Amino acid sequence: MGRTVGTSAPRKEGVDKVTGAARYVDDLVMDGMIHGVTVRSRVAHGRITGIRFDPGFPWDEIVVVTAADIPGRNMVTMIEEDQPFLAADLIKHPEEPVVLLAHADRDLVIEAAKHVHIEVEELPAIFSIDDGLAADVRLFKDDNVLKRFLIEKGDVDAAFAEPGLVVVEGEYETGAQEQLYLEAMGMIAVAAPGKGVTVWGSLQCPYYVHKALKPLFGLGDGEVRVIQAVTGGGFGGKEEYPSLIAGHAALLSWKAGGVPVKVIYDRAEDMVATTKRHPSRTRIRTAVKPDGELVAMDVVFDIDGGAYATLSAVVLSRGAIHAAGPYRCPNSRIHARAVATNHPPHGAFRGFGAPQSCFAYERHMERVAEAVGLSSVAIRRKNLLGPGDLTATSQVVEDQIDFPALLDQALEASDFEAKRAAFAKHNADPASHTRKGIGVATFYHGGGFTGSGEVHLASVVGVEALRGGRARVLAASTEIGQGTNTIFSQIASDALGVPYEWVEVAAPDTGRVPNSGPTVASRTCMVVGKLVQDAAGAVVTTLRKAGLLGEEHTPEQLAAAVDSYLERFGELRTFSQYKPPAGIVWDDKTYRGAAYAAYGWAAYVAEVEVDLVTYEPHLRGFWAVQDIGTVINPLLAAGQVEGGVTQAIGWALFEEVRWREGRMINNQLTNYIIPTAADVPPIHVAFAPVPFAHGPSGAKGVGELPMDGPAPAIVNAIEDALGIDVRRVPALPEVVMEAVLAKRAAAGEVQHV
Amino acid sequence: MRSYLPAFACKAPASLDEALVTLASEPGKWTPLAGGTDLMVLFESGKLPPGHFLSLWKLPELRGIEVTDDAITLGALTTYAEVREHATVAFELPMLAAAARESGAIAIQGRGTLGGNIMNASPAADSPPALVAYDAEIELVRASGARWVRYRDFHTGYKVMDRAPDEILRRIRIPRRDPGQHWVHFYRKVGTRRFQAITKVGIAAIGRVEGGVARDVRVAFTSVAPTVLAAARTEAALEGQAFGPGLVAAARAATRADVTPIDDIRSTERYRHQVAENLADSFVHALFAQKA
Ligand SMILES: Cc1cc2nc3c(=O)[nH]c(=O)nc-3n(C[C@H](O)[C@H](O)[C@H](O)COP(=O)(O)OP(=O)(O)OC[C@H]3O[C@@H](n4cnc5c(N)ncnc54)[C@H](O)[C@@H]3O)c2cc1C
Repeated sequence: MGRTVGTSAPRKEGVDKVTGAARYVDDLVMDGMIHGVTVRSRVAHGRITGIRFDPGFPWDEIVVVTAADIPGRNMVTMIEEDQPFLAADLIKHPEEPVVLLAHADRDLVIEAAKHVHIEVEELPAIFSIDDGLAADVRLFKDDNVLKRFLIEKGDVDAAFAEPGLVVVEGEYETGAQEQLYLEAMGMIAVAAPGKGVTVWGSLQCPYYVHKALKPLFGLGDGEVRVIQAVTGGGFGGKEEYPSLIAGHAALLSWKAGGVPVKVIYDRAEDMVATTKRHPSRTRIRTAVKPDGELVAMDVVFDIDGGAYATLSAVVLSRGAIHAAGPYRCPNSRIHARAVATNHPPHGAFRGFGAPQSCFAYERHMERVAEAVGLSSVAIRRKNLLGPGDLTATSQVVEDQIDFPALLDQALEASDFEAKRAAFAKHNADPASHTRKGIGVATFYHGGGFTGSGEVHLASVVGVEALRGGRARVLAASTEIGQGTNTIFSQIASDALGVPYEWVEVAAPDTGRVPNSGPTVASRTCMVVGKLVQDAAGAVVTTLRKAGLLGEEHTPEQLAAAVDSYLERFGELRTFSQYKPPAGIVWDDKTYRGAAYAAYGWAAYVAEVEVDLVTYEPHLRGFWAVQDIGTVINPLLAAGQVEGGVTQAIGWALFEEVRWREGRMINNQLTNYIIPTAADVPPIHVAFAPVPFAHGPSGAKGVGELPMDGPAPAIVNAIEDALGIDVRRVPALPEVVMEAVLAKRAAAGEVQHV
Repeated sequence: MRSYLPAFACKAPASLDEALVTLASEPGKWTPLAGGTDLMVLFESGKLPPGHFLSLWKLPELRGIEVTDDAITLGALTTYAEVREHATVAFELPMLAAAARESGAIAIQGRGTLGGNIMNASPAADSPPALVAYDAEIELVRASGARWVRYRDFHTGYKVMDRAPDEILRRIRIPRRDPGQHWVHFYRKVGTRRFQAITKVGIAAIGRVEGGVARDVRVAFTSVAPTVLAAARTEAALEGQAFGPGLVAAARAATRADVTPIDDIRSTERYRHQVAENLADSFVHALFAQKA
């Protein structure tokens, strides 16, 4: 039989999803279920002085929960313990949950929420990285720095002092971004003293929720059960916040005597209250030889973490590690800070800090090129990392990539050089009403948890052999639309030597599956997929050792062997636990060593045409060439790239979170603008696979990589079109216009505005 | 969070007379409800105050597109889909067809109405500039009678219009143009993205060139003033004038004086000013480019 890895096997849950058979959390109905809502602060910073319930409302019918009702610890278990499930005293952002209400009539309980008033004595609030760093308002320790990293290589100060170098400085900013999964968040909980807590919901990381619920109720491992319902997208947004919603639903159920409580956010609540991509500011100073060789890089990378620490430390870490780019540079220093503000906490979002620092270094490379008189392509080609080179964390590049060849592939596919020349001609024509440009970005993205993260996670995957040679993968890794179920089934069926159709993936349920870690960090295929392969392989080994299977086997022989085994022993389950590849050494103290076991490598090209009447940059084409190791499922992998590029187009050109006193005010689909199909150009995806020795069949990660490079590629193309140097995203038409008018004013042309 | 449904009342009369009698019985109590594509958005976001709603959806008197020798008359309940599908409208009123095509997407186009678009009185609505440019008149009816109003004069301030509380919009009449003359229709919606967008700046302009000079010029903008804007200065700057750099500059300056844009959640005052001028500029070029 043929191998399924490398083929575009159909999605396991595809038919259920397109026929509407899939049950999302809001589709689930339980006997006696009531509906919960959340009442939030409306003030960015202050102290709660009272909670007022309007008289004349039937409060006796409504379940009311405040922090005082919490049976265990009022703290969401994360990296730092600073975020409460329900604010009891201090309010640190405008969407802080304070009171929970539940009732069988959903309309009534929504109305009830409007009759609860949280009285707050306001305190001064801060909303920018600079105000956070100034620390006139204290939100976290003495300096509002939630986390700080320093990553050093070589001697940066000495390098800058060397004579004959060209020094280039720049500052770059990126805005917040909403994940905008199709399905807004929601949970159902059943919780009662003596019975424990069970939740069903839309989530990425069942064991994170599990870990957060235990201390909230003072319960042990076996008393809390978390089950993932079919989940309509996550993109990082459902990594952490589901713990709060699960806690809220469970607190209401607990108080209501164990009736099921459903909490479903509508789009407006989901957008205004839950996490977004961290806004960032990056300052880069580069020393370069006149021929374009990078000598030193000094980077200050700051992100706005919002009111609580949540995941900011790890977002910062990934952003910082990638901040020097995929370039050979003997001396580098990256100083990174996550700063507390009174925004709702920012959180995980595809790319996890790397898109932010990538925008900065890939825009900055254009400045470096300009300073030494090289082209966008030449400056990159000269400095790209290759096997044996050292990254910013002094990791030796082990991946056997030919990065310049990968870049060439993107340039050829997009006809880059010919277009640059043709566009220059077009742009010089005074009769044309548009300006055309083409831009490139080269970048990389580490797969899996950073540094020793995977060792600490120590993920476990099981495979259960069933009658007739069927098999079930047991893992907590979630299907969130990206294809987990499908690739796991492909990997397991190949390892077992059975058809793809014979394998299924168990629904993640902490009562039934081992902890394979969170579904984040481009780790599901590369790290967990490898465990799936090993656990499935162990089934075959077990059968061989039992003398039931020969060295070679057909699916039917495997089926017969499993049947005999089950007859004899009752069940056959094998497990595999993560072990780091040999030679992977990381020092958490100095932030040096192998930050990731492997990287995805990419060169992306964007072509734009800017309308001179409206200043709208219209994308005309996009080329994405990458090495993600062996491609397990070409259709799904291409889908990941197209989806990531599209999401990045939104971040680059359209999606602006508008804040007022710390609240997002455009929390509707009518005014938070994501691109539609009409705004997205044809995306040409190509893979240049270099198999990774420790991934399943040589695979690495693909989920986040395509989010990193598009924004700088697009803005580089805008620069090529108009000769303007835009240093922030989103590069809205308004931003482009201001830059065009400023350029015209500088050139002495008349302007009216 | 959504408004509280039990606090809402809705009635669906079967005839126009019945609807008018209800409106007249308690003026101001009943709010007309057509396709609901504006009202339901407010409801869902909790911004629609509870009250009494009178559904017009079943009133045959408010439906249909009628073409006579001198006018095209569209019922207030005419949907965007109906506008798009009507051959005479597409041919003679291409700017209205463009507005329909670029409003919302298929679902909204099947439900949203021209009457609702007018009476919602959003300064960013897309069909009003086309209606102003086409010299539309609208008929308002109440139990005691009907009257026709020039649409250009209908909106008098932000969400303020020449309508009594017991009046509803019945139909829209657009005079037909001399088919022997060559008209340039210039419509452009600049939204926050290509489709499914609310307009940041929009223009609907029409005119013709006779003897080398511009004639019968109408220019209307959306999203640059508290109401749809009839750009009288721009029209005057162009009327009777011949093409030249001076004319382009004059048109730009007139537009700058006509519009009074603001910063809001979707765009900036500066952008709207600049793009409105650029669009006026483009219209002048389009108008004279077509003269052959
Ligand atoms: C997703 C989406 C996209 C949209 N895109 C666009 C767009 O691109 N461009 C655009 O211009 N609009 C857009 N809209 C807004 C809306 O669809 C239009 O304004 C539509 O024309 C409203 O018509 P309706 O019949 O649905 O109005 P309704 O919501 O029923 O009513 C709107 C207002 O008009 C009043 N009203 C309605 N009919 C009458 C009448 N005959 N007499 C008196 N008063 C009346 C109502 O009382 C109410 O105040 C969009 C809406 C949505 C939800």
